Amino acid sequence: MIDIARRFDPLAGLCLLLLLSLAIAVPRAQAGPAGQQAREDFILIASTTSTEQSGLFAHILPRFEAATGIGVRVVAVGTGQALRLGQRGDADLLFVHDKSAEERFIADGYGVGRRDVMYNDFIILGPRSDPAGIAQMRDAPAALRAIAAARAHFVSRGDQSGTHKAELRLWAAAGIDVAALSVNPAGARWYFETGSGMGAALNSAAELDAYLLSDRASWLNFANRRDLTILAQGDPRLYNQYGVMLVDPARHPHVKQASAQAFIDWVTGPEGQAAIAAYRIGNDQLFFPNAR
Amino acid sequence: MVSDPTTAFAAAWHLVATGDRELYAVVALSLRVSLTALLIATVIGLPLGGALAVYRFPGRGAMIALFDTLMGLPPVVAGLAVYLLLSRAGPLGDYGLLFTPAAMIIAQTILITPIIAALTRQFVEDDWHAYREQLTSLGSGRGRAVPTLLWNCRYSLMTAVLAGLGRAMAEVGAILIVGGNIAGVTRTMTTAIALETSKGDLPFALGLGLVLMVLILTVNGIARLGGLMIQRAGAGYA
Repeated sequence: MIDIARRFDPLAGLCLLLLLSLAIAVPRAQAGPAGQQAREDFILIASTTSTEQSGLFAHILPRFEAATGIGVRVVAVGTGQALRLGQRGDADLLFVHDKSAEERFIADGYGVGRRDVMYNDFIILGPRSDPAGIAQMRDAPAALRAIAAARAHFVSRGDQSGTHKAELRLWAAAGIDVAALSVNPAGARWYFETGSGMGAALNSAAELDAYLLSDRASWLNFANRRDLTILAQGDPRLYNQYGVMLVDPARHPHVKQASAQAFIDWVTGPEGQAAIAAYRIGNDQLFFPNAR
Repeated sequence: MVSDPTTAFAAAWHLVATGDRELYAVVALSLRVSLTALLIATVIGLPLGGALAVYRFPGRGAMIALFDTLMGLPPVVAGLAVYLLLSRAGPLGDYGLLFTPAAMIIAQTILITPIIAALTRQFVEDDWHAYREQLTSLGSGRGRAVPTLLWNCRYSLMTAVLAGLGRAMAEVGAILIVGGNIAGVTRTMTTAIALETSKGDLPFALGLGLVLMVLILTVNGIARLGGLMIQRAGAGYA
Protein backbone atom coordinates (compact mmCIF):
# COMPACT_ATOMS: atom_id res chain seq x y z
CA MET A 1 0.00 0.00 0.00
CA ILE A 2 2.86 2.34 0.78
CA ASP A 3 4.34 2.39 -2.71
CA ILE A 4 1.10 3.60 -4.22
CA ALA A 5 2.17 6.91 -5.67
CA ARG A 6 5.84 6.13 -5.98
CA ARG A 7 5.86 4.27 -9.22
CA PHE A 8 4.36 4.43 -12.63
CA ASP A 9 2.79 1.03 -12.94
CA PRO A 10 0.91 -1.46 -15.11
CA LEU A 11 -2.30 0.33 -14.51
CA ALA A 12 -0.49 2.31 -17.16
CA GLY A 13 -1.21 -0.68 -19.39
CA LEU A 14 -4.86 -0.15 -18.74
CA CYS A 15 -4.44 3.57 -19.36
CA LEU A 16 -2.62 2.78 -22.58
CA LEU A 17 -5.50 0.59 -23.69
CA LEU A 18 -7.93 3.39 -22.95
CA LEU A 19 -5.71 5.89 -24.74
CA LEU A 20 -5.64 3.54 -27.69
CA SER A 21 -9.42 3.42 -27.71
CA LEU A 22 -9.53 7.22 -27.47
CA ALA A 23 -7.07 7.49 -30.33
CA ILE A 24 -9.26 5.28 -32.45
CA ALA A 25 -12.64 6.42 -31.23
CA VAL A 26 -12.31 10.18 -31.03
CA PRO A 27 -10.99 11.05 -34.49
CA ARG A 28 -13.55 8.72 -36.03
CA ALA A 29 -16.33 10.13 -33.91
CA GLN A 30 -15.40 13.59 -35.16
CA ALA A 31 -15.02 12.37 -38.71
CA GLY A 32 -18.24 10.35 -38.40
CA PRO A 33 -20.91 13.05 -38.43
CA ALA A 34 -18.98 15.18 -40.94
CA GLY A 35 -18.48 12.17 -43.17
CA GLN A 36 -22.15 11.36 -42.89
CA GLN A 37 -23.08 14.90 -43.84
CA ALA A 38 -20.97 14.56 -46.94
CA ARG A 39 -22.97 11.44 -47.79
CA GLU A 40 -26.20 12.64 -46.28
CA ASP A 41 -28.06 11.37 -49.31
CA PHE A 42 -28.34 7.68 -48.73
CA ILE A 43 -31.33 5.38 -48.54
CA LEU A 44 -31.81 2.28 -46.45
CA ILE A 45 -33.27 -0.77 -48.15
CA ALA A 46 -34.63 -3.67 -46.12
CA SER A 47 -34.23 -6.66 -48.38
CA THR A 48 -33.87 -10.40 -48.33
CA THR A 49 -30.86 -12.62 -47.89
CA SER A 50 -31.30 -13.97 -51.43
CA THR A 51 -30.75 -10.61 -53.15
CA GLU A 52 -27.83 -9.61 -50.91
CA GLN A 53 -26.01 -12.94 -50.62
CA SER A 54 -26.42 -13.82 -54.29
CA GLY A 55 -24.27 -10.79 -55.08
CA LEU A 56 -27.04 -9.03 -57.04
CA PHE A 57 -26.87 -5.85 -54.96
CA ALA A 58 -23.08 -5.72 -55.22
CA HIS A 59 -23.61 -5.84 -58.98
CA ILE A 60 -26.42 -3.29 -59.47
CA LEU A 61 -26.03 -0.80 -56.59
CA PRO A 62 -22.72 0.75 -57.75
CA ARG A 63 -24.44 1.45 -61.08
CA PHE A 64 -27.35 3.17 -59.34
CA GLU A 65 -25.00 5.15 -57.09
CA ALA A 66 -22.94 6.26 -60.11
CA ALA A 67 -26.06 7.27 -62.03
CA THR A 68 -27.74 9.25 -59.25
CA GLY A 69 -25.15 10.04 -56.54
CA ILE A 70 -27.49 8.47 -53.98
CA GLY A 71 -25.84 6.03 -51.58
CA VAL A 72 -27.60 2.77 -50.72
CA ARG A 73 -27.36 0.79 -47.48
CA VAL A 74 -28.84 -2.69 -47.45
CA VAL A 75 -30.05 -4.60 -44.39
CA ALA A 76 -30.55 -8.19 -45.54
CA VAL A 77 -33.11 -10.18 -43.51
CA GLY A 78 -36.02 -12.49 -44.30
CA THR A 79 -39.05 -10.97 -46.08
CA GLY A 80 -41.15 -11.24 -42.90
CA GLN A 81 -38.60 -9.30 -40.87
CA ALA A 82 -38.08 -6.79 -43.69
CA LEU A 83 -41.80 -6.04 -43.66
CA ARG A 84 -41.70 -5.55 -39.89
CA LEU A 85 -38.75 -3.15 -40.27
CA GLY A 86 -40.86 -1.25 -42.80
CA GLN A 87 -43.87 -1.20 -40.46
CA ARG A 88 -41.77 0.43 -37.75
CA GLY A 89 -40.29 2.90 -40.21
CA ASP A 90 -36.75 1.54 -39.89
CA ALA A 91 -36.17 1.47 -43.65
CA ASP A 92 -36.93 3.77 -46.60
CA LEU A 93 -37.91 1.06 -49.01
CA LEU A 94 -38.44 -2.68 -49.22
CA PHE A 95 -37.15 -5.10 -51.85
CA VAL A 96 -38.75 -8.46 -51.01
CA HIS A 97 -40.45 -11.54 -52.42
CA ASP A 98 -43.78 -12.51 -50.91
CA LYS A 99 -46.44 -10.90 -53.07
CA SER A 100 -49.46 -11.69 -50.92
CA ALA A 101 -47.75 -10.39 -47.75
CA GLU A 102 -46.60 -7.32 -49.68
CA GLU A 103 -50.13 -6.58 -50.87
CA ARG A 104 -51.38 -6.92 -47.28
CA PHE A 105 -48.59 -4.53 -46.20
CA ILE A 106 -49.87 -1.97 -48.73
CA ALA A 107 -53.52 -2.56 -47.82
CA ASP A 108 -52.73 -2.05 -44.12
CA GLY A 109 -51.33 1.37 -45.00
CA TYR A 110 -47.66 0.74 -44.29
CA GLY A 111 -46.31 1.03 -47.83
CA VAL A 112 -47.03 2.72 -51.15
CA GLY A 113 -46.12 2.43 -54.80
CA ARG A 114 -45.36 -1.30 -55.07
CA ARG A 115 -43.80 -2.36 -58.38
CA ASP A 116 -42.83 -5.78 -59.68
CA VAL A 117 -39.08 -5.82 -60.38
CA MET A 118 -37.86 -9.27 -61.37
CA TYR A 119 -38.39 -12.94 -60.79
CA ASN A 120 -36.45 -16.12 -60.41
CA ASP A 121 -37.57 -19.53 -59.25
CA PHE A 122 -37.44 -21.88 -56.34
CA ILE A 123 -35.85 -25.30 -56.64
CA ILE A 124 -36.15 -28.44 -54.54
CA LEU A 125 -32.71 -29.62 -53.45
CA GLY A 126 -31.82 -32.93 -51.89
CA PRO A 127 -29.07 -35.51 -51.45
CA ARG A 128 -27.80 -37.25 -54.60
CA SER A 129 -28.99 -40.60 -53.18
CA ASP A 130 -32.56 -39.17 -53.40
CA PRO A 131 -34.30 -41.55 -50.95
CA ALA A 132 -37.76 -40.18 -51.88
CA GLY A 133 -37.16 -40.62 -55.62
CA ILE A 134 -38.19 -37.12 -56.71
CA ALA A 135 -35.48 -36.55 -59.32
CA GLN A 136 -36.79 -34.99 -62.54
CA MET A 137 -40.27 -34.40 -61.06
CA ARG A 138 -41.90 -31.22 -62.36
CA ASP A 139 -44.90 -31.34 -60.04
CA ALA A 140 -43.61 -29.67 -56.85
CA PRO A 141 -46.47 -30.68 -54.49
CA ALA A 142 -46.18 -34.29 -55.73
CA ALA A 143 -42.46 -34.18 -54.94
CA LEU A 144 -43.22 -32.98 -51.40
CA ARG A 145 -45.79 -35.79 -51.02
CA ALA A 146 -43.11 -38.30 -52.03
CA ILE A 147 -40.68 -36.82 -49.46
CA ALA A 148 -43.37 -37.05 -46.75
CA ALA A 149 -44.26 -40.63 -47.73
CA ALA A 150 -40.59 -41.66 -47.51
CA ARG A 151 -40.26 -39.72 -44.22
CA ALA A 152 -37.03 -38.36 -45.67
CA HIS A 153 -35.36 -35.48 -43.83
CA PHE A 154 -36.66 -32.06 -44.88
CA VAL A 155 -35.23 -28.76 -43.66
CA SER A 156 -37.62 -25.82 -43.48
CA ARG A 157 -36.57 -22.18 -43.07
CA GLY A 158 -39.31 -21.73 -40.47
CA ASP A 159 -38.66 -17.96 -40.29
CA GLN A 160 -41.65 -16.40 -42.10
CA SER A 161 -39.37 -15.41 -44.97
CA GLY A 162 -40.60 -15.29 -48.57
CA THR A 163 -39.06 -18.71 -49.20
CA HIS A 164 -40.68 -20.16 -46.08
CA LYS A 165 -44.09 -18.81 -47.11
CA ALA A 166 -43.65 -20.31 -50.57
CA GLU A 167 -42.74 -23.65 -49.00
CA LEU A 168 -45.85 -23.56 -46.78
CA ARG A 169 -48.04 -22.84 -49.83
CA LEU A 170 -46.55 -25.89 -51.58
CA TRP A 171 -47.17 -28.13 -48.54
CA ALA A 172 -50.76 -26.88 -48.44
CA ALA A 173 -51.10 -27.69 -52.15
CA ALA A 174 -49.70 -31.15 -51.39
CA GLY A 175 -52.39 -31.60 -48.74
CA ILE A 176 -49.92 -32.11 -45.92
CA ASP A 177 -50.28 -30.29 -42.59
CA VAL A 178 -46.67 -29.54 -41.61
CA ALA A 179 -47.75 -27.60 -38.53
CA ALA A 180 -48.90 -30.92 -37.07
CA LEU A 181 -45.51 -32.50 -37.80
CA SER A 182 -43.59 -30.44 -35.27
CA VAL A 183 -45.37 -32.27 -32.45
CA ASN A 184 -43.90 -35.59 -33.62
CA PRO A 185 -41.69 -37.19 -30.97
CA ALA A 186 -38.04 -36.27 -31.61
CA GLY A 187 -37.09 -39.76 -32.77
CA ALA A 188 -39.81 -39.87 -35.43
CA ARG A 189 -39.13 -36.38 -36.71
CA TRP A 190 -38.18 -35.86 -40.34
CA TYR A 191 -39.40 -32.26 -40.84
CA PHE A 192 -36.97 -29.79 -39.25
CA GLU A 193 -37.82 -26.12 -38.74
CA THR A 194 -34.46 -24.39 -38.44
CA GLY A 195 -35.76 -20.83 -38.02
CA SER A 196 -32.79 -19.50 -39.94
CA GLY A 197 -31.72 -17.73 -43.11
CA MET A 198 -31.27 -19.43 -46.49
CA GLY A 199 -27.55 -19.99 -46.03
CA ALA A 200 -27.87 -21.52 -42.58
CA ALA A 201 -30.71 -23.76 -43.82
CA LEU A 202 -28.54 -24.89 -46.77
CA ASN A 203 -25.69 -25.67 -44.35
CA SER A 204 -28.08 -27.72 -42.18
CA ALA A 205 -29.54 -29.62 -45.13
CA ALA A 206 -26.04 -30.42 -46.43
CA GLU A 207 -25.18 -31.83 -43.01
CA LEU A 208 -28.45 -33.79 -42.53
CA ASP A 209 -28.68 -35.14 -46.11
CA ALA A 210 -32.06 -33.44 -46.16
CA TYR A 211 -34.33 -32.03 -48.85
CA LEU A 212 -35.16 -28.34 -48.84
CA LEU A 213 -36.70 -25.55 -50.90
CA SER A 214 -34.27 -22.81 -51.92
CA ASP A 215 -34.32 -19.85 -54.26
CA ARG A 216 -32.04 -20.49 -57.23
CA ALA A 217 -29.88 -17.39 -56.64
CA SER A 218 -28.85 -18.42 -53.11
CA TRP A 219 -28.08 -21.93 -54.34
CA LEU A 220 -25.91 -20.74 -57.24
CA ASN A 221 -23.90 -18.61 -54.81
CA PHE A 222 -23.61 -21.27 -52.09
CA ALA A 223 -20.22 -22.88 -51.58
CA ASN A 224 -20.71 -25.68 -49.00
CA ARG A 225 -22.89 -27.94 -51.20
CA ARG A 226 -21.40 -31.29 -50.23
CA ASP A 227 -23.92 -33.92 -51.41
CA LEU A 228 -26.78 -31.52 -52.23
CA THR A 229 -28.07 -31.21 -55.79
CA ILE A 230 -31.11 -29.85 -57.68
CA LEU A 231 -33.75 -32.59 -57.87
CA ALA A 232 -37.02 -30.92 -58.84
CA GLN A 233 -37.63 -27.70 -60.75
CA GLY A 234 -39.75 -26.13 -63.46
CA ASP A 235 -43.20 -26.18 -61.81
CA PRO A 236 -44.98 -22.84 -62.46
CA ARG A 237 -45.84 -22.86 -58.75
CA LEU A 238 -42.09 -22.44 -58.05
CA TYR A 239 -42.17 -18.98 -59.64
CA ASN A 240 -40.69 -16.34 -57.29
CA GLN A 241 -41.66 -12.70 -57.86
CA TYR A 242 -39.68 -9.83 -56.32
CA GLY A 243 -41.29 -6.47 -55.65
CA VAL A 244 -40.13 -3.07 -54.48
CA MET A 245 -42.14 -0.50 -52.52
CA LEU A 246 -41.78 2.69 -50.51
CA VAL A 247 -42.40 2.77 -46.77
CA ASP A 248 -45.37 5.12 -46.45
CA PRO A 249 -43.94 8.64 -45.96
CA ALA A 250 -47.29 9.86 -44.62
CA ARG A 251 -46.94 7.44 -41.70
CA HIS A 252 -43.16 7.87 -41.30
CA PRO A 253 -42.19 11.45 -42.26
CA HIS A 254 -38.43 10.74 -41.97
CA VAL A 255 -38.58 8.37 -44.98
CA LYS A 256 -36.36 9.75 -47.74
CA GLN A 257 -39.14 9.75 -50.28
CA ALA A 258 -37.45 11.45 -53.24
CA SER A 259 -34.25 9.37 -53.11
CA ALA A 260 -36.14 6.15 -52.48
CA GLN A 261 -38.50 6.88 -55.37
CA ALA A 262 -35.46 7.55 -57.53
CA PHE A 263 -34.28 4.01 -56.74
CA ILE A 264 -37.67 2.51 -57.58
CA ASP A 265 -37.75 4.43 -60.89
CA TRP A 266 -34.20 3.36 -61.72
CA VAL A 267 -34.56 -0.33 -60.84
CA THR A 268 -37.84 -0.66 -62.76
CA GLY A 269 -36.50 1.46 -65.64
CA PRO A 270 -34.42 0.34 -68.63
CA GLU A 271 -31.01 0.84 -66.93
CA GLY A 272 -31.86 -1.07 -63.78
CA GLN A 273 -33.62 -3.85 -65.64
CA ALA A 274 -30.63 -4.29 -67.94
CA ALA A 275 -28.28 -4.38 -64.94
CA ILE A 276 -30.38 -7.15 -63.34
CA ALA A 277 -30.41 -9.18 -66.55
CA ALA A 278 -26.64 -8.80 -66.89
CA TYR A 279 -25.86 -10.40 -63.52
CA ARG A 280 -24.60 -13.95 -63.97
CA ILE A 281 -22.68 -16.55 -62.02
CA GLY A 282 -20.83 -18.65 -64.58
CA ASN A 283 -23.36 -19.19 -67.36
CA ASP A 284 -26.40 -18.85 -65.13
CA GLN A 285 -28.57 -15.75 -65.12
CA LEU A 286 -29.87 -15.36 -61.54
CA PHE A 287 -32.78 -12.94 -61.86
CA PHE A 288 -35.08 -12.11 -64.77
CA PRO A 289 -36.34 -8.50 -65.00
CA ASN A 290 -40.11 -8.13 -65.45
CA ALA A 291 -40.93 -4.64 -64.16
CA ARG A 292 -44.49 -3.52 -64.68
CA MET B 1 -13.93 -31.07 -44.60
CA VAL B 2 -10.62 -32.48 -43.34
CA SER B 3 -8.69 -29.85 -45.25
CA ASP B 4 -10.76 -26.95 -43.93
CA PRO B 5 -8.36 -25.88 -41.17
CA THR B 6 -5.44 -25.65 -43.59
CA THR B 7 -7.50 -23.83 -46.22
CA ALA B 8 -8.65 -21.51 -43.43
CA PHE B 9 -5.03 -20.70 -42.60
CA ALA B 10 -4.40 -20.15 -46.29
CA ALA B 11 -7.44 -17.88 -46.54
CA ALA B 12 -6.38 -15.91 -43.46
CA TRP B 13 -2.82 -15.54 -44.74
CA HIS B 14 -4.03 -14.51 -48.18
CA LEU B 15 -6.31 -11.83 -46.70
CA VAL B 16 -3.56 -10.34 -44.56
CA ALA B 17 -0.75 -10.74 -47.09
CA THR B 18 -2.63 -9.15 -49.96
CA GLY B 19 -3.68 -6.25 -47.75
CA ASP B 20 -7.36 -6.72 -48.58
CA ARG B 21 -8.80 -3.20 -48.23
CA GLU B 22 -12.25 -4.41 -47.31
CA LEU B 23 -10.69 -6.48 -44.52
CA TYR B 24 -8.91 -3.43 -43.10
CA ALA B 25 -12.13 -1.42 -43.12
CA VAL B 26 -13.90 -4.24 -41.27
CA VAL B 27 -11.05 -4.60 -38.76
CA ALA B 28 -10.98 -0.84 -38.17
CA LEU B 29 -14.73 -0.76 -37.51
CA SER B 30 -14.51 -3.72 -35.12
CA LEU B 31 -11.77 -1.96 -33.14
CA ARG B 32 -13.54 1.37 -33.21
CA VAL B 33 -16.85 -0.04 -31.95
CA SER B 34 -15.45 -2.39 -29.30
CA LEU B 35 -12.77 -0.04 -27.94
CA THR B 36 -15.23 2.85 -27.71
CA ALA B 37 -17.69 0.62 -25.86
CA LEU B 38 -14.81 -0.52 -23.64
CA LEU B 39 -13.81 3.06 -22.87
CA ILE B 40 -17.34 4.00 -21.82
CA ALA B 41 -17.85 0.77 -19.88
CA THR B 42 -14.54 1.23 -18.03
CA VAL B 43 -15.26 4.83 -17.10
CA ILE B 44 -18.63 3.71 -15.68
CA GLY B 45 -17.73 0.24 -14.43
CA LEU B 46 -14.57 0.87 -12.39
CA PRO B 47 -15.95 3.58 -10.07
CA LEU B 48 -19.31 1.84 -9.87
CA GLY B 49 -17.72 -1.48 -8.92
CA GLY B 50 -15.44 0.28 -6.41
CA ALA B 51 -18.32 2.11 -4.78
CA LEU B 52 -20.40 -1.08 -4.58
CA ALA B 53 -17.51 -2.78 -2.79
CA VAL B 54 -16.99 -0.09 -0.15
CA TYR B 55 -20.33 1.55 0.55
CA ARG B 56 -23.17 -0.10 2.42
CA PHE B 57 -26.70 0.96 1.51
CA PRO B 58 -30.15 -0.59 1.21
CA GLY B 59 -30.51 -2.50 -2.04
CA ARG B 60 -26.76 -3.12 -2.33
CA GLY B 61 -27.21 -6.88 -2.35
CA ALA B 62 -29.85 -6.61 -5.05
CA MET B 63 -27.57 -4.41 -7.16
CA ILE B 64 -24.69 -6.88 -6.84
CA ALA B 65 -26.99 -9.72 -7.83
CA LEU B 66 -28.25 -7.63 -10.77
CA PHE B 67 -24.74 -7.01 -12.12
CA ASP B 68 -23.73 -10.63 -11.60
CA THR B 69 -26.83 -11.66 -13.57
CA LEU B 70 -26.24 -9.11 -16.32
CA MET B 71 -22.79 -10.65 -16.89
CA GLY B 72 -24.78 -13.50 -18.44
CA LEU B 73 -27.05 -11.22 -20.51
CA PRO B 74 -27.44 -12.90 -23.92
CA PRO B 75 -26.17 -10.53 -26.64
CA VAL B 76 -29.32 -11.14 -28.71
CA VAL B 77 -31.47 -9.89 -25.85
CA ALA B 78 -29.30 -6.79 -25.42
CA GLY B 79 -29.50 -6.25 -29.17
CA LEU B 80 -33.26 -6.63 -29.21
CA ALA B 81 -33.68 -4.18 -26.32
CA VAL B 82 -31.47 -1.59 -28.01
CA TYR B 83 -33.29 -2.19 -31.32
CA LEU B 84 -36.66 -1.48 -29.69
CA LEU B 85 -35.21 1.67 -28.10
CA LEU B 86 -33.63 3.03 -31.30
CA SER B 87 -36.26 1.91 -33.81
CA ARG B 88 -38.17 4.75 -35.46
CA ALA B 89 -41.23 3.50 -33.61
CA GLY B 90 -39.28 3.39 -30.32
CA PRO B 91 -38.66 6.10 -27.69
CA LEU B 92 -35.28 7.21 -29.15
CA GLY B 93 -36.30 6.71 -32.78
CA ASP B 94 -36.03 10.39 -33.72
CA TYR B 95 -32.24 10.32 -33.42
CA GLY B 96 -31.99 7.92 -36.37
CA LEU B 97 -29.25 5.87 -34.71
CA LEU B 98 -30.46 2.43 -35.77
CA PHE B 99 -28.14 0.64 -38.23
CA THR B 100 -25.19 2.92 -37.40
CA PRO B 101 -21.93 2.22 -35.50
CA ALA B 102 -23.30 4.34 -32.64
CA ALA B 103 -26.09 1.80 -32.11
CA MET B 104 -23.51 -0.99 -31.98
CA ILE B 105 -21.44 0.93 -29.40
CA ILE B 106 -24.54 1.38 -27.22
CA ALA B 107 -25.38 -2.33 -27.38
CA GLN B 108 -21.83 -3.44 -26.55
CA THR B 109 -21.55 -0.91 -23.72
CA ILE B 110 -24.68 -2.43 -22.17
CA LEU B 111 -23.13 -5.89 -22.53
CA ILE B 112 -19.72 -5.18 -20.99
CA THR B 113 -20.36 -2.57 -18.31
CA PRO B 114 -21.84 -5.21 -15.93
CA ILE B 115 -18.81 -7.46 -16.49
CA ILE B 116 -16.34 -4.74 -15.56
CA ALA B 117 -18.48 -3.47 -12.66
CA ALA B 118 -19.10 -6.94 -11.19
CA LEU B 119 -15.47 -8.09 -11.41
CA THR B 120 -14.23 -4.76 -10.05
CA ARG B 121 -16.64 -5.04 -7.13
CA GLN B 122 -15.28 -8.48 -6.23
CA PHE B 123 -11.58 -7.57 -6.51
CA VAL B 124 -11.98 -4.30 -4.61
CA GLU B 125 -14.13 -5.86 -1.89
CA ASP B 126 -11.45 -8.49 -1.17
CA ASP B 127 -8.89 -5.70 -0.79
CA TRP B 128 -11.25 -3.61 1.29
CA HIS B 129 -11.59 -6.44 3.80
CA ALA B 130 -7.81 -6.85 3.94
CA TYR B 131 -6.82 -3.17 4.24
CA ARG B 132 -9.88 -1.65 5.83
CA GLU B 133 -8.30 -0.91 9.22
CA GLN B 134 -5.15 0.50 7.66
CA LEU B 135 -7.16 2.76 5.38
CA THR B 136 -9.54 3.99 8.04
CA SER B 137 -6.75 4.49 10.60
CA LEU B 138 -5.12 6.92 8.20
CA GLY B 139 -8.26 8.92 8.65
CA SER B 140 -9.52 8.72 5.12
CA GLY B 141 -13.19 8.09 4.54
CA ARG B 142 -14.75 5.53 2.26
CA GLY B 143 -14.82 8.02 -0.59
CA ARG B 144 -11.03 8.38 -0.46
CA ALA B 145 -10.65 4.63 -0.11
CA VAL B 146 -12.24 3.85 -3.49
CA PRO B 147 -9.51 5.33 -5.75
CA THR B 148 -6.81 3.96 -3.44
CA LEU B 149 -8.29 0.47 -3.63
CA LEU B 150 -8.81 0.69 -7.40
CA TRP B 151 -5.14 1.64 -7.76
CA ASN B 152 -4.09 -1.19 -5.47
CA CYS B 153 -6.11 -3.72 -7.51
CA ARG B 154 -4.79 -2.48 -10.84
CA TYR B 155 -3.36 -5.84 -11.91
CA SER B 156 -6.67 -7.62 -11.34
CA LEU B 157 -8.65 -4.75 -12.86
CA MET B 158 -6.60 -5.07 -16.02
CA THR B 159 -8.02 -8.57 -16.33
CA ALA B 160 -11.55 -7.27 -15.70
CA VAL B 161 -11.15 -4.72 -18.48
CA LEU B 162 -9.67 -7.29 -20.85
CA ALA B 163 -12.57 -9.64 -20.07
CA GLY B 164 -14.92 -6.84 -21.14
CA LEU B 165 -12.92 -6.28 -24.31
CA GLY B 166 -13.03 -9.99 -25.11
CA ARG B 167 -16.80 -10.08 -24.79
CA ALA B 168 -17.18 -6.98 -26.97
CA MET B 169 -14.87 -8.19 -29.72
CA ALA B 170 -16.37 -11.68 -29.77
CA GLU B 171 -20.11 -11.04 -29.71
CA VAL B 172 -22.20 -11.01 -32.86
CA GLY B 173 -25.81 -11.32 -31.67
CA ALA B 174 -26.29 -7.72 -30.52
CA ILE B 175 -24.48 -5.84 -33.28
CA LEU B 176 -26.10 -7.93 -35.99
CA ILE B 177 -29.54 -6.75 -34.85
CA VAL B 178 -28.78 -3.09 -34.20
CA GLY B 179 -26.13 -2.64 -36.90
CA GLY B 180 -27.77 -4.64 -39.70
CA ASN B 181 -24.41 -5.87 -41.09
CA ILE B 182 -24.47 -3.21 -43.83
CA ALA B 183 -21.45 -3.54 -46.13
CA GLY B 184 -19.02 -0.69 -45.56
CA VAL B 185 -21.08 0.86 -42.76
CA THR B 186 -21.76 -1.60 -39.95
CA ARG B 187 -19.98 -4.78 -41.04
CA THR B 188 -17.52 -5.96 -38.37
CA MET B 189 -15.32 -9.03 -38.09
CA THR B 190 -17.95 -11.11 -36.32
CA THR B 191 -20.88 -10.14 -38.56
CA ALA B 192 -18.70 -10.79 -41.62
CA ILE B 193 -17.92 -14.25 -40.23
CA ALA B 194 -21.64 -14.94 -39.75
CA LEU B 195 -22.31 -13.78 -43.32
CA GLU B 196 -19.60 -15.93 -44.89
CA THR B 197 -20.83 -18.93 -42.89
CA SER B 198 -24.34 -18.47 -44.29
CA LYS B 199 -22.89 -18.26 -47.80
CA GLY B 200 -21.34 -21.65 -47.11
CA ASP B 201 -17.79 -20.33 -47.53
CA LEU B 202 -16.58 -22.06 -44.39
CA PRO B 203 -12.80 -21.83 -44.97
CA PHE B 204 -13.06 -18.07 -45.57
CA ALA B 205 -15.25 -17.67 -42.47
CA LEU B 206 -12.73 -19.61 -40.40
CA GLY B 207 -9.92 -17.56 -41.93
CA LEU B 208 -11.64 -14.36 -40.77
CA GLY B 209 -11.98 -15.99 -37.34
CA LEU B 210 -8.23 -16.56 -37.20
CA VAL B 211 -7.58 -12.93 -38.13
CA LEU B 212 -9.96 -11.87 -35.35
CA MET B 213 -8.12 -14.02 -32.78
CA VAL B 214 -4.78 -12.50 -33.78
CA LEU B 215 -6.36 -9.06 -33.47
CA ILE B 216 -7.57 -9.73 -29.92
CA LEU B 217 -4.17 -11.18 -29.02
CA THR B 218 -2.49 -8.05 -30.35
CA VAL B 219 -4.70 -5.64 -28.41
CA ASN B 220 -4.20 -7.67 -25.23
CA GLY B 221 -0.46 -7.77 -25.87
CA ILE B 222 -0.28 -4.00 -26.35
CA ALA B 223 -2.09 -3.50 -23.05
CA ARG B 224 0.06 -5.95 -21.07
CA LEU B 225 3.45 -5.17 -22.61
CA GLY B 226 2.79 -1.43 -22.66
CA GLY B 227 2.08 -1.55 -18.96
CA LEU B 228 5.21 -3.55 -18.28
CA MET B 229 7.46 -1.25 -20.28
CA ILE B 230 6.14 1.89 -18.66
CA GLN B 231 6.62 0.23 -15.28
CA ARG B 232 10.28 -0.53 -16.09
CA ALA B 233 10.87 3.00 -17.32
CA GLY B 234 9.22 4.39 -14.20
CA ALA B 235 11.31 2.13 -11.94
CA GLY B 236 14.46 3.72 -13.36
CA TYR B 237 13.48 7.09 -11.96
CA ALA B 238 12.29 5.78 -8.65
